[in-house]
Amino acid sequence: MAALSDTAPARETRLLRLWNEFRDSRVAVTALGVVAVLTVLAAAAPWIAPQNPYDLAQLSILDNMLPPGSRRLDGMIYWLGTDDQGRDLLSAILYGLRLSLLVAAAATALGLAIGAAAGIVAAYVGGRIDAAIMRIVDIQLSFPTILIALILLAVLGKGVDKVVVALVLVQWAYYARTIRGSALVERRREYIEAARSLALSPARIMFRHLLPNAFPPLIVVATVQAAHAISLEATLSFLGVGVPVTEPSLGLLIANGYSYMLSGLYWIAFYPGIALLVAILAINLVGDRIAEIMNPRLRR
Amino acid sequence: MPAPLLAIDDLEVHFALREGCVKAVDGVSLAVDRGEVLGLVGESGSGKTVTGLSILGLIDPPGRIVGGSIRFDGAELAGRPDAELRHYRGRAIAMVFQDPMMTLNPVLRIGTQMVEAITAHERVASRAARARASAALAAVGIASPEERLDAYPHQLSGGMRQRVAIAIALLHRPALVIADEPTTALDVTVQSQIVSVMQALCAEAGTALIWITHDLALISGFADRIAVMYAGRIVEQGPIGDVLSAPLHPYTRGLIGSLPSGGRRGAPLDQIPGLPPSPIDLPPGCAFAPRCTRADAACATAPGMTSHARGRSARCWHPHLAVEAVS
Repeated sequence: MAALSDTAPARETRLLRLWNEFRDSRVAVTALGVVAVLTVLAAAAPWIAPQNPYDLAQLSILDNMLPPGSRRLDGMIYWLGTDDQGRDLLSAILYGLRLSLLVAAAATALGLAIGAAAGIVAAYVGGRIDAAIMRIVDIQLSFPTILIALILLAVLGKGVDKVVVALVLVQWAYYARTIRGSALVERRREYIEAARSLALSPARIMFRHLLPNAFPPLIVVATVQAAHAISLEATLSFLGVGVPVTEPSLGLLIANGYSYMLSGLYWIAFYPGIALLVAILAINLVGDRIAEIMNPRLRR
Repeated sequence: MPAPLLAIDDLEVHFALREGCVKAVDGVSLAVDRGEVLGLVGESGSGKTVTGLSILGLIDPPGRIVGGSIRFDGAELAGRPDAELRHYRGRAIAMVFQDPMMTLNPVLRIGTQMVEAITAHERVASRAARARASAALAAVGIASPEERLDAYPHQLSGGMRQRVAIAIALLHRPALVIADEPTTALDVTVQSQIVSVMQALCAEAGTALIWITHDLALISGFADRIAVMYAGRIVEQGPIGDVLSAPLHPYTRGLIGSLPSGGRRGAPLDQIPGLPPSPIDLPPGCAFAPRCTRADAACATAPGMTSHARGRSARCWHPHLAVEAVS
């Protein structure tokens, strides 16, 4: 049992060291706090939101476009006002954040899995398979992401699942390219040669030996891409090809309010915009800090 | 005479690079009997590592075995597809690599890596595999092996890690172990421990050993035979005592002469003049001729391997035949 107690502290200290370095930047810690709060708010939306914006029975069209702080007949206060459908904006933002984060998380996880697998296979097998996979990646990355996503959604149609599919399809290439680079370096290491000399199966060598060692750079890419996924989803929804109107994400809320901006009803687009901005900014700040820690050359 | 366990004949491994074709191994012939320890000696870049790797087909592109044969236990290995070679890897032929820091996967526990090596060839319950792994660690002299199974490589010292690597290599009781400079990265006291562990275990199991090294002093203690490589070729081969006491090839002589020895304290070491030739454009004829004191017009044509007394052979037009002891 001594070994277990030997091992555990060593791992803990490594995590602890990472955390200690992360903690050096007050901005990053604040950003991480913001991400955590937003995540909790999003996860708890059904329980803390004053109203369920997806439930049309709870909405009253008579309450539409009320300014922030207005009071409903039964005494409930619309802290951030209501939109053109009479939705409480605070509730809509919480639910929209939930949807935006869910879509981004799902797209990042799936894109990461597909991209990492493709990149590892390309790096390990090499030759024609490598060339084929990486040319697909090159072609994909040579188009603007928003263009590809738009085309895909035009073909697939609207829907939360379809947005996720579109995001995965435009983002896997980033992961594939990144992990291929680090896997090509790791592949030359002796432990891979040793694993081959022990007749381990190629799948085992790729995914148990190569993948974990080539993975760290992906953490940075994944954080940045998660923020990117949120903004991309918002863009798509804003353009009207993303999530359905009945389940608005932050981007769709902004789009809804956009048409009223000039008539002085600023809050319908403004508050969802702030929420979106804060979420993306916080995730990006966390990602930057992780990138700084992982890359010694960026350290001051 | 029974067929040797491993017979490499006229092996050629080329690396096709943009700058030209590198003949890393250029006509190497070797034989290893069961239970025999062969020292494969040479400078960096002489092709000894590539020779070792090509036995198990572990040469990566752009490298390729372009000619010759590798017969192991009666079966031809050269040119066999990867899937068939896997049958031999780690089971009949195992390898120990140079750098113990890098030869174990840093993110997997020792136990995981050992169990993985066992189950690559045998269907064993994980509990039984673990017990075997633990016994293997004990056999290479690791204290409290049960606990080490749960350790990560970075928690062990270099010597310990090399012991683990040896334990992994010997898991399937292979007939042949290829050790590629396994002690180069270790300090001297640990070196001798590793050598003696390896020697004892191989002798006990009748395992043949190819020990690749550039350290003549180290190999002199326990190899049966020695093969000296220079620029992709074997230049001299024979029983280790004979080769070291009366080397035939001027290069072997130079290698031995450049070892410091107690009797010549203060005297400058003999050096081999010049540098090893660039592997891309080897000199025509004998590759060692430009650095050789005995070279003459004959050396412009490449010498063949000539047999000498007592099972020795050398690739030289002017071998040191008379009993000229190394000064």
